[in-house]
Amino acid sequence: MATFRIKRFNPEKQPEPYYEEFQLDIPSGATLLDCMNLIKWTLDGSFSYRMSCRSAICGSCAIKADGHALLACQRQAEHLVKNDETITLEPLGNLKPIKDLVVDFNPFWEKINKVKPYLEPKETPPEKERLQSPQEFRLIDDSSTCIMCGACYSDCNTLEVDENFLGPAALAKAQRFVGDSRDSKTLERVQALSEPGGIWDCTHCGECVERCPKPARPFDRIKEIMTVALDEGVTNNVGARHAMSFFNSVKRSGNLNENRIPVESMGIFNIQGLLSLLPVGLRMFFKGKVPPIIHHSIEEVDDVKRIFKELDQ
Amino acid sequence: MKTYAPSRMELAPRDIVARAEQSEMDAGRGIDGKDMIHLDLRHLGEARIMERLPQIRQLGIDFLGVDCITECLPIQPTAHYSMGGIPTDKDSHVITDEQGTRMKGFFAAGECACVSVHGGNRLGTNSLLEAVVFGERAGKSVLKYATGIDYGGINEGQEKARVLKKFEEVYQRDGSESYNDIRDEMKEIMMSHCGVFRDKEKLKVCIETLNGLQERFAKGKVTDKGKVFNTEIYEIMELGNMLSVAQIIATAALRRQESRGGHFRTDFPKRDDENFLHHSMVYANPDGLEIKSKPVVITKHQPAERTY
Ligand code: SF4
Ligand code: SF4
Ligand code: FES
Repeated sequence: MATFRIKRFNPEKQPEPYYEEFQLDIPSGATLLDCMNLIKWTLDGSFSYRMSCRSAICGSCAIKADGHALLACQRQAEHLVKNDETITLEPLGNLKPIKDLVVDFNPFWEKINKVKPYLEPKETPPEKERLQSPQEFRLIDDSSTCIMCGACYSDCNTLEVDENFLGPAALAKAQRFVGDSRDSKTLERVQALSEPGGIWDCTHCGECVERCPKPARPFDRIKEIMTVALDEGVTNNVGARHAMSFFNSVKRSGNLNENRIPVESMGIFNIQGLLSLLPVGLRMFFKGKVPPIIHHSIEEVDDVKRIFKELDQ
Repeated sequence: MKTYAPSRMELAPRDIVARAEQSEMDAGRGIDGKDMIHLDLRHLGEARIMERLPQIRQLGIDFLGVDCITECLPIQPTAHYSMGGIPTDKDSHVITDEQGTRMKGFFAAGECACVSVHGGNRLGTNSLLEAVVFGERAGKSVLKYATGIDYGGINEGQEKARVLKKFEEVYQRDGSESYNDIRDEMKEIMMSHCGVFRDKEKLKVCIETLNGLQERFAKGKVTDKGKVFNTEIYEIMELGNMLSVAQIIATAALRRQESRGGHFRTDFPKRDDENFLHHSMVYANPDGLEIKSKPVVITKHQPAERTY
């Protein structure tokens, strides 16, 4: 018998969530979703969660198992929990629970809508389809595989502290159109995506790539948008300046000049922004955490310069 | 597949492949005598599998722990597409009879619909037609229909009461039967008696069993009577609908004394264009299901015998 420790929540009955345990013999070959169905169909009919396709393509059944988001139908239960062991099932994070493992996806969809998830082509629709070469298609192949399950959204570290962040799924969807050879709004798209809440607010933790059940891998797509944004010259924002400053510092000295990066990121003429850095700087000073005032290059800086030269920068 | 379709082998139409699989299993040649046979893709090689079938490979790994690059995949036939459905014309408008009389304000597109392009057997990738062609046509039709007309006179209170009454009826059931058992038994009988191979006796047993399940369905047990995201109640309603559709399928299959596409009668193994080259239109009358015929419109391609 394996123990399924499930976070239950039913606002009609009691305002606070609680955990309830169910014992189940895992049938061989059963997925985690099969086990949830057995619990619902044989032990407690009120246990609620979303599901539809049962073959990892509709994106309905994402939940948290032992703290990490996954598709319940995509995983063999025995790979996650053995008999005599306990597994904890909870609703996705960063979204409000409605009942048991069902969460409110509205903020998720609102953010998808924000990135204009549709083609804005140059001409009016032709009689037949618009052709793409296999190379052109490859640029959007991975992001097209997103099934909108929300697993990445659930475990994103930035979203946990900043609900205005567009989040990994919407940004991956944005890349689907930024990278599309038939779209005519690339510049406008990367400009909008460089605003606060966009690509530069991602902390590069890579959690979304770990959680994504498909090749969509949001953080990889975010990096692709960043590259397009810089190529298109959309650099007049904190995030892009931060990246450029980072880049220049390493190119010059082989390491980071931590006095210069915040100032360059804010923009040298951004007096208000620079003043806002002062309190942090002062607190760091009093805690003895100030980086050396005179910035030194690393000894192998010539090697670093050679690498940059070779990359033709 | 050499025995069943020597010229097309595994690429023969899927009804033929499904019958080949089932025949092998019925002859006791399934894996360990079970309802499974092996699909061997290894000769394609890693590069080709990764390029052409990456999703199929991933499915095998996730659901079975089997990597088709190095091992054989255990498989069995399944219902993979509904060839019938809500009858529509080519503008996705739902029709009610063989003359194509439109039902006002009712449109359907996708797998739920039957525009009559697939016939008795949908061929590979043709389901995309539903989305790409008829999805667009439905959108245009609905727009055209909805432009310039007013909301109908719906009485909100009355409609709400009607739905709540339906829920209430489910809550009032005496609770002596398990919906889970009913669902399992329905799946079982549809697969064994109305699946790949059908005959008169099997279909009669199937219809009787479904009648019994309908009766038990009216006595099912509900645990969740809440109004917030009640997935139990919608599963129950879904099961009720599945039982109705199963009845329709079995009844139409019994009447169709021929074999065509995915419908194969061991007692009538030949196609019979003279008597059955038509669609079955099923109507729910107070005293049971009534079936009428709607002719098939044939333009370019005359039906011909399939030989592979
Ligand atoms: S890499 Fe960025 S988008 Fe992905 S989880 Fe981390 S912060 Fe969120
Ligand atoms: S990017 Fe991946 S994890 Fe995020 S919603 Fe899409 S499929 Fe799910
Ligand atoms: S049920 Fe569709 S993805 Fe799991």
